[in-house]
Amino acid sequence: MSAATPSAAQSEAQSEAPSEARSEARSEALSGGFADAPVQSARAFREVLEAMARPGTIRKVAGARPPAPLSVAAGVALLVLCDPTTRLHLAGAADCPPVRDWVAFHIGAPLAPAETADFALGRWEALQPVTRFRIGQPDYPDRSATLIVECDRLVNHGPALTGPGIETATWLNLPETAAFRANRALFPLGFDCLFTAGDRIAGLPRSTRVENI
Amino acid sequence: MYVAVKGGERAIDNAHQWLAEERRGDLAVPELTIPQIREQMKLAVNRVMAEGSLYDPDLAALAIKQARGDLIEAVFLIRAYRTTLPRLAASRPVATGAMAVDRRISATFKDLPGGQVLGPTFDYTHRLLDFALMAEGEPPTGAAPLSPIPFPPGGGEAPGPAAPPDAASDAPPSPRVGEGWGGGAPRLPHVTGFLNRDGLIETAEASDRTPPDLTREPMELPADRALRLQALARGDEGFVLGLAYSTQRGYGRTHAFVGELRIGTVAVEVEIPELGFAVEIGEIELTECETVNQFKGSRTEPPQFTRGYGLVMGQSERKAIAMSLVDRALRWQELGEDFTGAPAQDEEFVLMHCDNIQATGFLEHIKLPHYVDFQAELELVRKLRAEAAALREAAE
Amino acid sequence: MTPSSAEARKAWIATLAKAPPARLADLMPSLPPHDLLRAPEVGAVMVRGRTGGTGAAFNLGEMTVTRCSVRLGSGPVGHAWVQGRDKDHARRAAVIDALMQTDAAADLAARVIAPLQAEAEARRAARAAKAAGTKVEFFTMVRGEDN
Repeated sequence: MSAATPSAAQSEAQSEAPSEARSEARSEALSGGFADAPVQSARAFREVLEAMARPGTIRKVAGARPPAPLSVAAGVALLVLCDPTTRLHLAGAADCPPVRDWVAFHIGAPLAPAETADFALGRWEALQPVTRFRIGQPDYPDRSATLIVECDRLVNHGPALTGPGIETATWLNLPETAAFRANRALFPLGFDCLFTAGDRIAGLPRSTRVENI
Repeated sequence: MYVAVKGGERAIDNAHQWLAEERRGDLAVPELTIPQIREQMKLAVNRVMAEGSLYDPDLAALAIKQARGDLIEAVFLIRAYRTTLPRLAASRPVATGAMAVDRRISATFKDLPGGQVLGPTFDYTHRLLDFALMAEGEPPTGAAPLSPIPFPPGGGEAPGPAAPPDAASDAPPSPRVGEGWGGGAPRLPHVTGFLNRDGLIETAEASDRTPPDLTREPMELPADRALRLQALARGDEGFVLGLAYSTQRGYGRTHAFVGELRIGTVAVEVEIPELGFAVEIGEIELTECETVNQFKGSRTEPPQFTRGYGLVMGQSERKAIAMSLVDRALRWQELGEDFTGAPAQDEEFVLMHCDNIQATGFLEHIKLPHYVDFQAELELVRKLRAEAAALREAAE
Repeated sequence: MTPSSAEARKAWIATLAKAPPARLADLMPSLPPHDLLRAPEVGAVMVRGRTGGTGAAFNLGEMTVTRCSVRLGSGPVGHAWVQGRDKDHARRAAVIDALMQTDAAADLAARVIAPLQAEAEARRAARAAKAAGTKVEFFTMVRGEDN
């Protein structure tokens, strides 16, 4: 399935892809999932939940061994959040055959263009412009995208974060602030973000206020 | 407003203990096994699978045992279980034309290619209690074994020449020679195909658009036909039956004939991402009903026969027929018919009330503690009475 | 994989999926060493039908399915998706799928796949014969006033 396929063709491909068009998954794509799915996915889900509930806190996750260039944390996030019913957009270097095959076998999420994706994965530069992503509707604010942003490192230093789930204030080395401030202004609509680096993950939901200090 | 209540843990434990004892019943009577329920209460199992919306005969049998035979409670158990399963894929649409049929009848064509196959039906039984079934132990021995009349190899039964249309009768022409199945496995063409050929019946355009799924997205009205069919397929048999009957009595009349009813097994084929092609992963039993409905034409459509469709998991022909009648009644808008105010035409009425788990959940919740709500009602009634009394006194 | 070998693989995967689990275990009691790429996992597949049997797709309801993927020590990978919740069935089918891509294929085809196919065909034929035994010819009788 191609990430560039328009959405209508995408949904058809989901149900009735011509079998000849696809090839068998490469063998290396078949490893690197959870070895003990019930326990590992429950633990990982808890960590992702904590990261989202307490914006800016940096959590450690384990269990996934996705192909390069994906981080362990990005792989874990995909394994616990995505399935065949969530449309996934792979951006930039993340959109490569090894990652596609790995996603197809371990997650089964259909690949989609940015505009229709439930989840998107890539570095911040590759995800631009982020105004492409779904922000939900007034009656269904949950019909919005979650961006999994790959970073080189995650530290509690940088722009200040305040809002729900943060007792006073915290700090996170966000790639910028303007986009997150604009996103906050859309509340209760907007996208949510997870930042991943190595085995670390942090969350930035749409409800968090971001300020340069 | 909801206010939590606490307490009663011990009483609840005891109630559940007693429930388990009552479920088991008299210890002198052997306990039912799951395979016994699956094999000997098969139509109950089928109903639980259809309305539970999960095809798994063993689980449905277990649910029936656990629910003490309360089928709606069993459906509830299956619905709860299915929410724990990861959705691995969606199948390719099943090919009911390739069904291995146990039963296949038509009320509109008597000489259809492939023939009328009665299958294991209750029809033509006398509905007299068979006290022989009360005798324990022995399997029935009275009946002679079925004579083995194999389906003709390969070419199928050569359909005989069509009966010459009887000028005096309104009977539709029977299908002509050459419409029997081709080589290989028996493939029974759908009866509506014969009418299609003459342009006498509306056609259904094939489409592989991903259908809406009410188990994933909240139902939004107006619903398209695919969503209505999903809701009806898992809807309560009694409710759908009642609505279908109401259309026959005149509340949204659809003039339905059973064009074809078939029961049998179909293969389920799924596209496997890691293989890159589709494979058959199993077989399920289905009941399919297609009605042929008289239609005088409307502002937008020419006079022709129209169709209603029912497809249900397992052997469940009452449900499939009822579903196809209600499906047809709900199509009044697209066919340019008038809305007569009949319940079966009212999409909101049908779709929002056909699910027995939603219905029983809301219905039965009113038996649970509502002490605070009721206290407020009590205060209100007392206040109104006091006010009314004061008014009376003032007037006197 | 060439189209013809894909067709052959499709056929044996379907045969293994539809085999009664106990019978498959009889025919293939012990399995060679293998790694689990995906441990047997129980889930659901949404079964779709078509409006009027031939029209637009709609969701009929789900069925239980178990899937499993394995790799043999020698390298071949096997996959299985089988109806129901029998994890041993899925694992055994996946291992046989992997073995069918090795030198053992001819032996397994004769010893496991062919008997399963023959038995499935016999079950189908027996049921079809019973159905044929209930085939009727209806005669239209004239009713009402006859001049």
